[in-house]
Amino acid sequence: MNAIETQALTRRFGDLTAVDGLTLAIPEGELFALLGVNGAGKTTAIRMLSGLLPPTSGDALLLGKSIVRDTAAAKAALNLSPQETAVAPALTVRENLAFIAGVYGESHRASLEAADAMIERMGLQSVAKRRAKALSGGWQRRLSIAMGLITDPKILFLDEPTLGLDVLARRELWQVVEALHGSITVVLTTHYLEEAEALSDRVGVMARGRLVALDTAPALIERTGAKNFEDAFVALAAERGA
Amino acid sequence: MKLMALSRRNLMELLRDPLTLFFGAVFPLVLLGLMTLIQRNIPVNLFAIESLAPGVAAFGQAFLTLFSAFLIAKDRSSALTQRLMASPLTGPDFILGYALPLLPLAALQALLCLVCAIPLGLDPARLPLIVLALAPSALMYIALGLLFGSILTDKQVGGICGALLTNLSAWLSGVWFDVKLVGGAFHAIANALPFLHAVEAARAAAVGDAAALPGHLAVVCAYAAGLLILAILLFTRAMRGSKQ
Repeated sequence: MNAIETQALTRRFGDLTAVDGLTLAIPEGELFALLGVNGAGKTTAIRMLSGLLPPTSGDALLLGKSIVRDTAAAKAALNLSPQETAVAPALTVRENLAFIAGVYGESHRASLEAADAMIERMGLQSVAKRRAKALSGGWQRRLSIAMGLITDPKILFLDEPTLGLDVLARRELWQVVEALHGSITVVLTTHYLEEAEALSDRVGVMARGRLVALDTAPALIERTGAKNFEDAFVALAAERGA
Repeated sequence: MKLMALSRRNLMELLRDPLTLFFGAVFPLVLLGLMTLIQRNIPVNLFAIESLAPGVAAFGQAFLTLFSAFLIAKDRSSALTQRLMASPLTGPDFILGYALPLLPLAALQALLCLVCAIPLGLDPARLPLIVLALAPSALMYIALGLLFGSILTDKQVGGICGALLTNLSAWLSGVWFDVKLVGGAFHAIANALPFLHAVEAARAAAVGDAAALPGHLAVVCAYAAGLLILAILLFTRAMRGSKQ
């Protein structure tokens, strides 16, 4: 079964068409990378898929639930880690995790138990009692992803999860994302092409609101005749006038 | 559960902010002590405790607006709101989640101020009625917090709520001087706004003047209801806007 199916998904802001007729299918358990230069439409696409922004036209089904007609059911299956770190600054790591579990309907006791399990799973033990605002950027990102996972989502949107992190912190987060492979459907947006190449099963390239390429990273390299994935991306994005 | 989780988080954010604790709990007590000292050294009855304590308790509520507006404005500017908007939380969950934690804070703030006024001469038997009389103004200040938090940035909140609103509510409430003595347009404006009536309602409760209570409370309740409706509209619009 497909976790995500978009059907001519479109979003306009006045005269600007940010996402133009996006049609794609992402099977359950796939790690899918959505790439594009700034303004290509990938963040708008993610916002529509996560119920933050209504489409101007078209629809998307998340595990069969329409984001237009059945938004609440579609939302219950997903979680996201936004581009900027999304944590409650005055709460500790454990409290942040319990907070999100509670927001998705868990009792206070069950939320705390889920928080403890997630702390263990994500290796957050050493910072569990520290307030989020006192954490380094790398730990905040790790917490932000843990907050996305604590609700046991079927679909997780990771918007630039490693933006601004040093290479060590980024590699640590790669391991976290790799560990999700196969268990849940992950849609990843990133500007780091090596990240998309290393982590994803398939890559979608957006340019000027349209999906211009969709395949595995090696297949895209072969198709463009490029030396590496970065060159392939540049060729695809430039070919469509991005 | 969802609503409680959001309320609990908001309460913790508020209680862990040192400014909340200072302006919410300590500052009104400092004012109470200072004015009591002044009263002891002047020949006229300017700051009698049954007038001063309810007035300071009512004035202290203006800081509820500052706390709630700052929290909402700060959340709106952060990605946390995006995360929450993608969750199953509904519009009423958001509004109540921000408003509810302020109710016990308002009650605690008023009680703390009034209990500290007992050794200074306030009749303890009047405390429950004073706290009840302060409830509509607490709602009004909370509604103002939702409203300002929905339309201002966190930096603007400091200026508008921290400076302008607290000063307006101080001058026009009659806590520190009798607005009738100023008279004219100043008195008319003070009378048309809710701040003076909030203080007078609490003072009437402090001296057991049941006849004066309904008139003052009616004005405060009308403002509280109007501001609450406006706040809900603006808050809903702001949250919808933060999705985009």
